[in-house]
Amino acid sequence: MTFQGWLLIAAFVGILLLLCKPMGRWLFALYEGRRTPLHRVLGPVETGFYRLSGIDPAEEQGWRRYAVHMLIFNAALLLFTYAVLRLQGVLPLNPLGFDGTSADLAFNTAISFTANTNWQSYGGESTMSNLSQMLGLTIHNFLSAATGIALAFALFRGFARREMKTIGNFWADMTRVTLYLLLPLCVAIAIFYIASGVPQTLAGSVDVTTLEGARQTLALGPVASQEAIKMLGTNGGGFFNVNSAHPFENPTALTNLVQMLSIFAIGVGLTWTFGRAVGNQRQGWAILAAMMTLFVAGAAITYWQEAAGNPILHQLGAAGGNMEGKEVRFGIAQTALFAVVTTAASCGAVNGMHDSFTALGGLIPLFNMQLGEVVIGGVGAGIYGFLLFAILAIFVAGLMVGRTPEYVGKKIEAREVKLAVLAIAVLPLIILGFTAIASVTAAGLAGPLNKGPHGFSEILYAFTSAVANNGSAFAGLTANTPFYNGMLGVAMWIGRFFIIVPMLAIAGGLAAKKYTPATAGSFPTTGLLWTGLLIGIVLIVGGLTFLPSLALGPIADHLAMINGQLF
Amino acid sequence: MNKDLISALRPALVMTLLFAALLGLAYSLALTGIGQALFPEQANGSLVRDSGTVVGSNIVGQAFTSDRYFNTRPSAAGDGYDGLASSGSNLGPTSQLLADRVKGDVEKLKAAQPGKAVPADMVTTSGSGLDPDITPDAAFYQVDRVAKARSLDPEAVRGLVEQSIDTPLLGFLGEPRVNVFKLNRRLDAFGAKPAA
Repeated sequence: MTFQGWLLIAAFVGILLLLCKPMGRWLFALYEGRRTPLHRVLGPVETGFYRLSGIDPAEEQGWRRYAVHMLIFNAALLLFTYAVLRLQGVLPLNPLGFDGTSADLAFNTAISFTANTNWQSYGGESTMSNLSQMLGLTIHNFLSAATGIALAFALFRGFARREMKTIGNFWADMTRVTLYLLLPLCVAIAIFYIASGVPQTLAGSVDVTTLEGARQTLALGPVASQEAIKMLGTNGGGFFNVNSAHPFENPTALTNLVQMLSIFAIGVGLTWTFGRAVGNQRQGWAILAAMMTLFVAGAAITYWQEAAGNPILHQLGAAGGNMEGKEVRFGIAQTALFAVVTTAASCGAVNGMHDSFTALGGLIPLFNMQLGEVVIGGVGAGIYGFLLFAILAIFVAGLMVGRTPEYVGKKIEAREVKLAVLAIAVLPLIILGFTAIASVTAAGLAGPLNKGPHGFSEILYAFTSAVANNGSAFAGLTANTPFYNGMLGVAMWIGRFFIIVPMLAIAGGLAAKKYTPATAGSFPTTGLLWTGLLIGIVLIVGGLTFLPSLALGPIADHLAMINGQLF
Repeated sequence: MNKDLISALRPALVMTLLFAALLGLAYSLALTGIGQALFPEQANGSLVRDSGTVVGSNIVGQAFTSDRYFNTRPSAAGDGYDGLASSGSNLGPTSQLLADRVKGDVEKLKAAQPGKAVPADMVTTSGSGLDPDITPDAAFYQVDRVAKARSLDPEAVRGLVEQSIDTPLLGFLGEPRVNVFKLNRRLDAFGAKPAA
């Protein structure tokens, strides 16, 4: 570990805190449906879209209608991408002449991108045409992100509104977030990426005669445009197989910093927006403090372990930190930090190979996802996931002191707690259930590249990543098989929408409740005690369930590593 | 519920098509136009040409394995530095395959230059398999070998390496590194000059 490494982590957190308020304010304007300076340019596009699709943006929707419209829209997007991928062989902008993808791969990929997961069973540069990347995949990067933020807005309204039956309009929320936040920011960031060396061309590849006289063919394409939204929307699906480790996706330390900041920027801002929406900024800060504490702790552990390196390789004469699977321009610190950021959020982009991390260095990314990606989390998904934990936390606090729990002016009753538990329980149930199935079937066991406990970690990581909608991988796993494409596809769908529907039901119920002002008897939901309680609940409820599986995977792997045992 | 479902169909279908046109096509194509107009170098891959032939990209690594050149890191992309199949090794910390590979590479290096500590990046594969850089340590490690193969003064070659070190932005952002392609281009240009 170096001073520079710690300085990097400190600077990253510092910049994020500076971004929080401006991003939060902008999001709040969109939450309220206020006019922004960008309406002058993009306003006609917005109204045009509504007119052509017969949408009245002022129509208020109850939670059921909001949920159904959101689901049908996502289903339509899914079918659209499935068709594009299957037909890419006969569609234009296919310079390398790829065939249409297999049915199971198209199924997996369409779900993956719809669910903001961006799990990739394929290598981008060897499978996807430029049209598929642009039309089939980039569109989801925008709209799954916008869907997540819209859903967070709906839940905020549940807390903020009093005795109302509605929680907003899905189409208006989703369209405004896309047009006035994601699109302009992405254009700016993409231009910065291009200036830094990220290609943006319709050419498929270029032939090189190297200085040693060998032939090398470099894949090219419209990379920068996809890269910008891939990070900002916490999608994570790379243009190339190795994602942000590829020099064309992430050429410099500066692009790397911008990528990490893009992953967290909206998630951090939403905590501010939440505070503003419920009329008490300190409510937002309390959540952000809990998230940041968990984040910094994770970053410190992974950095420490990766810098310490692998004793097995030390013994063989390769001194220093663990550089297997890492790029020299990022080194240990930036790769470790990136790994923790990408899994704390539901991004899943990688700038180094998590599979080759030290055992405990790789445990933190895995654990981050198992917590449900509520440490900042995916855009929108992070904060609504975290608020489910907040509901549990206030319930537990109420049990401990014998009071009816209230949170930001709303009584938390049996219905809310039941639905929150339902949403939270989906995660361990599917992750552990599917991992167990894969661990005892021939088709499942054909997947892992590594042997021993690390092989089990590869399977566990895959299902964790899928259900948590992350998309990063211990990429040694051969996942482009009907078994894994199918199982992981189902896991991603459940992980996304089986949390969203109970969450919207909570939002609808809360909106209908009347406001209960805080009294001297209310449990304070700002300040250190509450932040500490939130961290405790996330770790105990979210994390403890997975401890046995972690013992079989990364912890056993660590013990083997320090004892020099190979598999 | 049924009413909600039917009322969602038209918006869902039309919005899918409208957004596909805006975000899938217009956005990507407009940026392609902007990129090609403002930054044609970078937008096309930062390619370097030598009398018309593309000899490499300034930001993507290529295989260098001969003694005459500074070598790039081991690569898991295809047969090594395959620009159509980027990949890491994905071998875990307790992998027998990883230990065997590192052991073999270390022994080879130690046999050629006994007594020198081997920098870690010279015996580990990168994340992409296309890493353009090596650490300054790894570059200095190779100076004697390259100088000998080219019958150059080792101090002169060391000087080239020193010129080629990129330092971190603001002192902490990024790592000190040497772009192997650029260094080897300098080396070729240097060797081509008549001795002073």
